[in-house]
Amino acid sequence: MTTFRKSLWLALIASTFAVGVAEARTLKWARSGDSLTLDPHAQNEGPTHTLSHQIYEPLIIRDHTGKQLPALATSWKVTSDPTVWEFKLRTGVKFHDGAEFDADDVVFSLERAMQPTSDMKGLLTSIEKVSKVDAHTVHIKTKAPNPLLPNNLGDLFMMDKGWSEKNNVTKVQDFKNKEENFAVRNANGTGAFMLVSREPDVKTVLKRNDNYWGKSEVPLEITEVVYTPIKADATRVAALLSGEVDFVQDLPVQDIERLRKDNKLRVNSGPENRTIFFGFNIGDKDLKSDNVEGKNPFADVRVRQAMNMVVNRQAIQRVVMRGESVPTGVIAPPFVNGWTKELDTPPAVDVAAAKKLMADAGYPNGFSVTLHCPNDRYVNDEAICQAAVGMWGQLGIKVNLVSQSKSIHFTLIQKQPPESDFYMLGWGVPTFDSDYIFSFLYHTRAGSRGSWNATRYTNPEVDTMIQSLSGETDLAKRNATIAKIWSILHKDVVYIPLHHQTLAYGMKSDLDIPVDVSNQPKLKMISFKRS
Amino acid sequence: MFAFAIRSLAQGVLVLVTVAFIAFSMFRFVGDPVVNMLGQEATQQDRQELTERLGLNDPWPIQFARFLGDAAQGEFGVSYRQGRKVSDLIKERLPATLELAVLSAIFATGLGVLLGVYAAINRTGILSNLIMSLSLIGVSLPTFLIGIGLIYIFAVELRWLPSFGRGEVVRLGWWSTGLLTESGRKSLILPVLTLGFFQLTLIMRLVRAEMLEVMRADFIRFARARGISDRSIELSHALRNTLIPVVTIAGLQLGSVIAFAIVTETVFQWPGLGALFVNAVQFADVPVMSAYLMFVAAVFVIVNLTVDLLYFILDPRLRSGRRVAKGH
Repeated sequence: MTTFRKSLWLALIASTFAVGVAEARTLKWARSGDSLTLDPHAQNEGPTHTLSHQIYEPLIIRDHTGKQLPALATSWKVTSDPTVWEFKLRTGVKFHDGAEFDADDVVFSLERAMQPTSDMKGLLTSIEKVSKVDAHTVHIKTKAPNPLLPNNLGDLFMMDKGWSEKNNVTKVQDFKNKEENFAVRNANGTGAFMLVSREPDVKTVLKRNDNYWGKSEVPLEITEVVYTPIKADATRVAALLSGEVDFVQDLPVQDIERLRKDNKLRVNSGPENRTIFFGFNIGDKDLKSDNVEGKNPFADVRVRQAMNMVVNRQAIQRVVMRGESVPTGVIAPPFVNGWTKELDTPPAVDVAAAKKLMADAGYPNGFSVTLHCPNDRYVNDEAICQAAVGMWGQLGIKVNLVSQSKSIHFTLIQKQPPESDFYMLGWGVPTFDSDYIFSFLYHTRAGSRGSWNATRYTNPEVDTMIQSLSGETDLAKRNATIAKIWSILHKDVVYIPLHHQTLAYGMKSDLDIPVDVSNQPKLKMISFKRS
Repeated sequence: MFAFAIRSLAQGVLVLVTVAFIAFSMFRFVGDPVVNMLGQEATQQDRQELTERLGLNDPWPIQFARFLGDAAQGEFGVSYRQGRKVSDLIKERLPATLELAVLSAIFATGLGVLLGVYAAINRTGILSNLIMSLSLIGVSLPTFLIGIGLIYIFAVELRWLPSFGRGEVVRLGWWSTGLLTESGRKSLILPVLTLGFFQLTLIMRLVRAEMLEVMRADFIRFARARGISDRSIELSHALRNTLIPVVTIAGLQLGSVIAFAIVTETVFQWPGLGALFVNAVQFADVPVMSAYLMFVAAVFVIVNLTVDLLYFILDPRLRSGRRVAKGH
């Protein structure tokens, strides 16, 4: 064999080997809605963050169980000054365009996220100042001690300062301007995937970032991601069945059983970080939508207890949700700090006892009231309301159901004063701590607190305790306060918690993507099964 | 004819303004876009600020006047949902919808006239009866059911055709087309069938009924007496006289196919204007909704105008009538 031939053979073998290693694995991924923008600070919304998580990275990331892992920060701690947090940044991290990631980018990104037009600013209100200590150390000074600051940073993505300045995107999109911001359809992050092309609502293509800092820590087996929103449920399922997509993020509940039986597919389901519940107007002297003159039946705790007791959560789970929900007695998913088994156990269904409570409260024949319900926000939201209306009917409570689009429904709740006496709502806890639930759903509506509390419930004792949580650095003491608040709220029956929503992911059987509690799967963690 | 065209145009503008007016007065009932634009941590104050910035606090006649002023300059603002210029969005989505609509219209009209003529000539044939019975399905089944049925058969079971999207598209300037690639052509088949099926049956039944009517007319009998061949009578004398109502209906249907491809586009995740509109409604994305409604109104105005003008070409009586009028 001549040397030329030999080297040719060697080259050939080498090239086949190289192909074998760099095996191209494309993940075709579909869900019902698209990300709204690639600008990581413009929309605080689930699907938007999900896509951003593949391209951009926060300082601290959460895995699919909600556990915090270091991402662009390697360690973080409170300094001797309890109002200052110190973050040590990862070294040797590069943005997709090759620029170095350092403290300047962190300061820039957090300041950008705190701008008035940013949608992320609500998570950063406790921050007074972000400052650079050295190239890889950042100090965040809060207005008061904030022991849980890292909890708020899970979806706060880091942008490159240089890139942002060059492309004139140092400001978050202002909808008043009539121009599109460059960052809406372009991205330069540090994440495991790089943007190849983006057609909003149609298709987004990402490719693997071969220089990713964490490539030795995560499988990173997917080489290309093709992300397509498919709005119609039937079409999305059909695309999975026909093999046109590999991974469907939201399966309609009625199809889950059928897909489970298909041996070419896998369905993973698990609890989502979202609880569905009913709220009532407790505080007003008289209700507008009821037939009781001069009195508010919801103001009587016995009425609320009775209504809580007749809601048959098991039946709703079985019939309306086809088993895809977790009945509960508290507005906090199990992985949230403050959740306990006792709180989570819903009251036993007892119609006779409920009727007695109603009679004691002076409503033996019930009353009539209007229930507002969304019809395009939660899983089977309208059907749940219809089922519950029937259950309250057992007490003689005649509930008129008004189901509307979420754009109208949420306005009723957010208006001051709220325009609904009785409503359905769902709540997710991005900080994984009860404080978030208390502040938005239970605190008296004032300032930045209580914005989703349309119950008019106001309890000064509870309010003071809620306020004390944000500055309490002693975690044992803090948890004791949380438990105390929950016990008061539980006794007062401010809401009727119904169930934790469940998520179901459908995929080809060579994939095994675990359900992410925040419904934001991180694709770098996914590996294929070798067959 | 020129005066006629000018008059129609003036009416068209009036229609556009009226549509915009009605649309604007209804937007309040769609919901508050601010709810969708801000995350759940937003405070009351954040919401008020954004509402103020977007000018949503102004009374709606003022908002309407501002919209008209901007629209006259071709400026439709920025989508609340996507943060992109509405005119860009419409330009981007238009090719998908037009391609789908025009192909469906060709499919429906071509096949519809053909089958209609056949069914009229062979009134008692087995095939004609079969066609007529099948056409009942097209008239009575809702579009989304036809679409899902086709997806189930051709995408899930047979795996011949894709169930969603446009496939690979080729860009020609700002236009994009799926006709130049295999996956693009394959992707077109099911949506075109779905969208065109109803129109097809409608046109077919119309052609058949009209044709039967015309075939009974005196001039056909005289033509037969003159010894003109059956084929010639059917295709040139009868068909031509059948076409006037068919053009009217087909024209109006083209308008509604472009405007109301919403269902088909949603079922097939077709990235056209209909899908854009559905998303806009759910988000209460007022700039996109108003621009879309203006677009639809414009399509109907243009289609109607074209249909009116086509009458002049198809019906000699209109032309001669004008000449007579001039002579006086």
